[in-house]
Amino acid sequence: MLSDLTFRIAPHSFQFLTGPSGAGKTTLLRLLFLALKPTRGRVTLFGSDTATIKAADMPALRRRIGVVFQEFRLLDHLTTYENVALPCRVLGQSESQYKADVVDLLDWVGLGDRKFVYPPVLSGGEKQRAAIARALITKPEFLLADEPTGNVDPTLARRLLRLFYELNRLGTAVVIATHDIGLMEQVDARRMVLTDGRLEIYE
Amino acid sequence: MKRPAKPAAAPAPRPPVTGRSAIVPPQTIAGRALVLVIAIMTFLAGLTIVGVSVVEDAARAWRSDIGREVTIEVRPMDGTTPAAEVQKAVALAQEFPGVSGARALSDTETQRLLEPWLGAGVDLGSLPVPRLIVVSLDDPAAFDVKALAAAVAKDVRGGSVDDHALWIDRLAAMANSTVFAGLGILMLMLIAMVLSVVFATNAAMAGNRDVIEVLHFCGAEDRFIAGEFQRHFLMLGMKGGAIGGGLDFVAIAVLSYLMHGAAGRPGADQYEALFGVFSIGWTAYGWLVALVVAVAVLTATTSRFAVRRSLAAIT
Repeated sequence: MLSDLTFRIAPHSFQFLTGPSGAGKTTLLRLLFLALKPTRGRVTLFGSDTATIKAADMPALRRRIGVVFQEFRLLDHLTTYENVALPCRVLGQSESQYKADVVDLLDWVGLGDRKFVYPPVLSGGEKQRAAIARALITKPEFLLADEPTGNVDPTLARRLLRLFYELNRLGTAVVIATHDIGLMEQVDARRMVLTDGRLEIYE
Repeated sequence: MKRPAKPAAAPAPRPPVTGRSAIVPPQTIAGRALVLVIAIMTFLAGLTIVGVSVVEDAARAWRSDIGREVTIEVRPMDGTTPAAEVQKAVALAQEFPGVSGARALSDTETQRLLEPWLGAGVDLGSLPVPRLIVVSLDDPAAFDVKALAAAVAKDVRGGSVDDHALWIDRLAAMANSTVFAGLGILMLMLIAMVLSVVFATNAAMAGNRDVIEVLHFCGAEDRFIAGEFQRHFLMLGMKGGAIGGGLDFVAIAVLSYLMHGAAGRPGADQYEALFGVFSIGWTAYGWLVALVVAVAVLTATTSRFAVRRSLAAIT
């Protein structure tokens, strides 16, 4: 699927990953968030080789990475609020520790009045925003987003992009996979273009 | 949630009451069936405990009743008057420490004892029937049966002592084997319960694959995920255990009522002779409560173990 790729994502950097559908964007992201292991080659995350990393060390590494899935992957039996709060619960925080942050973030992504609604009744755009909020809530060092603006109107897409940009300014390295040219034109950022499994980088 | 929910545009499946719902969706676990299995197993295990306790109490009562008596038998010998020998034996036994009294069975009592074999109205004088002396003990520890046996053998012609040791041994063997069988049954039931919990956990893991994956990507440690499943199974175990244990208490109440109500009816004497007055000691109640707790803990730890094993397989 992917071959002969060499690149580095610098800390605090911001980049788009783009290319036609089926070019391997999602596969590359899956390699980056430890859902896949390369059949050949080496992926190094925060200085550890993913091929040799021990299962017990995976959670600590994953906590430094935020992921927005293309298919959202919200848990249907939890409310929007609970879905966004999930990473905090995983970290062992009590509700009083994360409640204010979760509520603020939900307001910011425009889901303030959808806090106690379950994902099955959310629209595609609302699910997407909930998924983004869940990835951002713990302020990860590295954020991977797969088509994060695919289901929202251009105005909201700009707003979400600003959210990613703000996060980047606070120190998070951001990779946004998208084929929305309009979105990419709004930010002067590094572009990684995947075509037929090969990568070209435009700084 | 203390914070009031703002009205949602679309109706929610249920009104939110907390900001911390169970991460493992309760309805995806075959909960009701498992609760039922656990309840049945607990009920049967509880009945086993009750049965074992009744048998053990009865055996202890038999042993102490029989252990508080020894019998001196005086066989009629040529050239002796049985009555005189019996008198001698009674006098001898009464002297012994730990003995509260010695009494020869009267002719009428002896006749009644022999009635099932020889029929009514036996002429004891015409038969070489041994005479029996019942020696009651008030302090079995102070009583030395060997010394009495030696004294009787020496001074009473045709006399011998029976301390019922044979009977006590047989009763003990019977009671012990019942207790062991009960414990064996208990173990088998607990093993069967553990296995059903393992199956239920594996099914729950398979049904919640997406939840587990999302938790993994949020950086959840296996310990955290196992804890979430364990909490759920602990609740199921407690529920099943409580239902089974509760049914045990009901069964005990019903049995006591029936046994009590049976007094005077045919068969009641036999029950009572076997088991004494049907009553369950406080220790048995204690064991029942311990069983319920043990079932809940066992369910939770089993599911934790099963979850961690299948998580290890996933990663």
